[in-house]
Amino acid sequence: MKPILLRARGEENSRSINTYLRLGGYAALKRALIMDPADVREEVKNSGLRGRGGAGFPAGVKWGFVPQSTTRPRYLICNADESEPGTFKDREIIHTEPHMLLEGIIIASYAIGANTAYIYIRGEFWTEAEILERAIAEACRKKYLGKDILRTGFDIDIHVHRGAGAYICGEETALIESIEGKRGQPRLKPPFPAVVGLFGCPTVVNNVETLACVPHIIEHGAEWFAGIGRDVRNSGPKLYGVSGHVEKPGVYELPMGTTFREIIYEHAGGIRGGKKLKAFIPGGSSCPVLPADRVDIPADFDSVAEAGSMLGSGGIIVMDETVDMVWALENLLTFYAHESCGQCTPCREGSDWALDIVRRIRAGHGQPRDLEALERISRHASQGMTICPLGDAFCGPIASFLKHFRHEFEDYIARAEPLPPKKLPVLPVRSDRGPFGI
Amino acid sequence: MTLARTRPLTVAPPDTLADVSFDEAMEARIEEILAKYPTRQAALLPLLWLCQDRWGWISPGVMRAVAARLDLAPAHVAGVVTFYTMYQTTPPGKYLLQVCTTLSCQLCGTSGLAEHLREKLGIGFGETTPDGRFTLLDVQCLGACGEAPVIQVNNDYYTGMTPEKLDELLDGLQ
Ligand SMILES: Cc1cc2nc3c(=O)[nH]c(=O)nc-3n(C[C@H](O)[C@H](O)[C@H](O)COP(=O)(O)O)c2cc1C
Ligand code: SF4
Ligand code: FES
Repeated sequence: MKPILLRARGEENSRSINTYLRLGGYAALKRALIMDPADVREEVKNSGLRGRGGAGFPAGVKWGFVPQSTTRPRYLICNADESEPGTFKDREIIHTEPHMLLEGIIIASYAIGANTAYIYIRGEFWTEAEILERAIAEACRKKYLGKDILRTGFDIDIHVHRGAGAYICGEETALIESIEGKRGQPRLKPPFPAVVGLFGCPTVVNNVETLACVPHIIEHGAEWFAGIGRDVRNSGPKLYGVSGHVEKPGVYELPMGTTFREIIYEHAGGIRGGKKLKAFIPGGSSCPVLPADRVDIPADFDSVAEAGSMLGSGGIIVMDETVDMVWALENLLTFYAHESCGQCTPCREGSDWALDIVRRIRAGHGQPRDLEALERISRHASQGMTICPLGDAFCGPIASFLKHFRHEFEDYIARAEPLPPKKLPVLPVRSDRGPFGI
Repeated sequence: MTLARTRPLTVAPPDTLADVSFDEAMEARIEEILAKYPTRQAALLPLLWLCQDRWGWISPGVMRAVAARLDLAPAHVAGVVTFYTMYQTTPPGKYLLQVCTTLSCQLCGTSGLAEHLREKLGIGFGETTPDGRFTLLDVQCLGACGEAPVIQVNNDYYTGMTPEKLDELLDGLQ
């Protein structure tokens, strides 16, 4: 497949609007603006485009949830938080052709009737925020942004909003809170953002890669897009980020449904130093880990779900035979315990508690009942027991590491030495008062 | 040629930040920020960034000034500042060395780098060198895992780091 989203990678000045125009950029926008917004939504729906931010929700369907008869403003938000460990694809799009993203944002805004769009970008991406600001200024100068763009009567502004270091702000309702100037704590759903979102108004949140696909769908048609990949439910080009123990880590653009074997061994050059593959996390750190023997499954939404994990963001973390899986789970839990926003008890306490247990196991003080405790935590903090899916995000790793690599945990525990008995602290006795100060 | 391309932070000493006001240039920027949002509160994160760019960190005095400027409760501002890890609430060194410690970077050798930094600078994570040049921080995934191990210094990423490249980098950060 010829690259689509990363077609300009390596070209000189690929970020400038002139290069973008030379490659046919902003032609899709012109086409979209003479279509009815409903037809734009329909085209995207028919393409089968599913959200690339993690959940894989069909983009056109999400756009359809926005009430059309409302007089309130509507907003589009581009999610450039890219905070899921193992994910680094959106940064590649921004570095390569930021105008592709802007064009996608403008078309999506038109389709849902938004006149203001925000790009929420993680605070660490300072360089990338600058790249976007520069691209926005260029697009304004050429009248692709601002009032009455291309003399169609459609107004659209795009603003860059920088985060400040909080993984949870990748979650769409936390992100909305963060733009509103609050702590990034997820909201209960429903109501969904499409009805009550940013500043209380109907809002669509889409990932960078999702939006970057939109101009190509409008330009080449839904059928063309649906023809790339396995079927219409798993369609289009996909950016796979491969990191960890491979010879050539990086972002690879391939048809949706390329097998993990092809991605890891052909494109990413195989396992580093000729070692053997032990396990891989298929789509960012919150997706359940898969052992090496699942490497032949296609990397698309439905196939990975059938195998008991998720395609997520398509960030593949590769681990070779030398990796201690107890260590790897401890590393992931360190992340989640740090990033829990603290609103829900099962997530706030569960992530810390699970980390404590795994740390203790690795330090050589595990007990047989620890594994049951871990499983209990992973049952009780997931599947709708919490406000947002961060609960599931740390429980998936726990359950899957225990499912596929339980023996490694058991080995640690078999070799463990009991902790020295704890001395109970002696509480100070206040003899002048009884309970309740009486 | 040196590897380092990062400029030092301007870090205001605490006594100068007890009471702050915004100069004309900052006021102009604040007006620009406010124009992007329908509510004043939404300008909070961008305004905090503006302050941190100017003074290097967010002191209680800065929080009070920001709260007054946006008509927000000081407690709300303090709550936001402390929720997000990138706002510095104590004066940092001129260079914030932020080492990614998440899985992909660890698989590619972060712990060697962290050890090297600790030995070379004589400080641990969360500490600043006595000369005020470096602050060492452990951070979570920086979203550049394909180029692991990654270190962020102030606003810049340095990727594919090795102890040798680290030495060269540190020498260049004056
Ligand atoms: C804890 C958590 C973190 C998330 N982080 C991101 C992120 O960094 N980037 C992203 O695009 N979506 C992220 N999401 C998914 C968003 O909530 C949202 O579903 C997505 O941005 C929608 O875009 P899409 O439909 O185009 O995929 C995250 C979700 C959760 C629960
Ligand atoms: S699940 Fe965790 S991160 Fe999500 S809202 Fe609850 S406490 Fe916050
Ligand atoms: S794990 Fe270090 S940048 Fe992602």
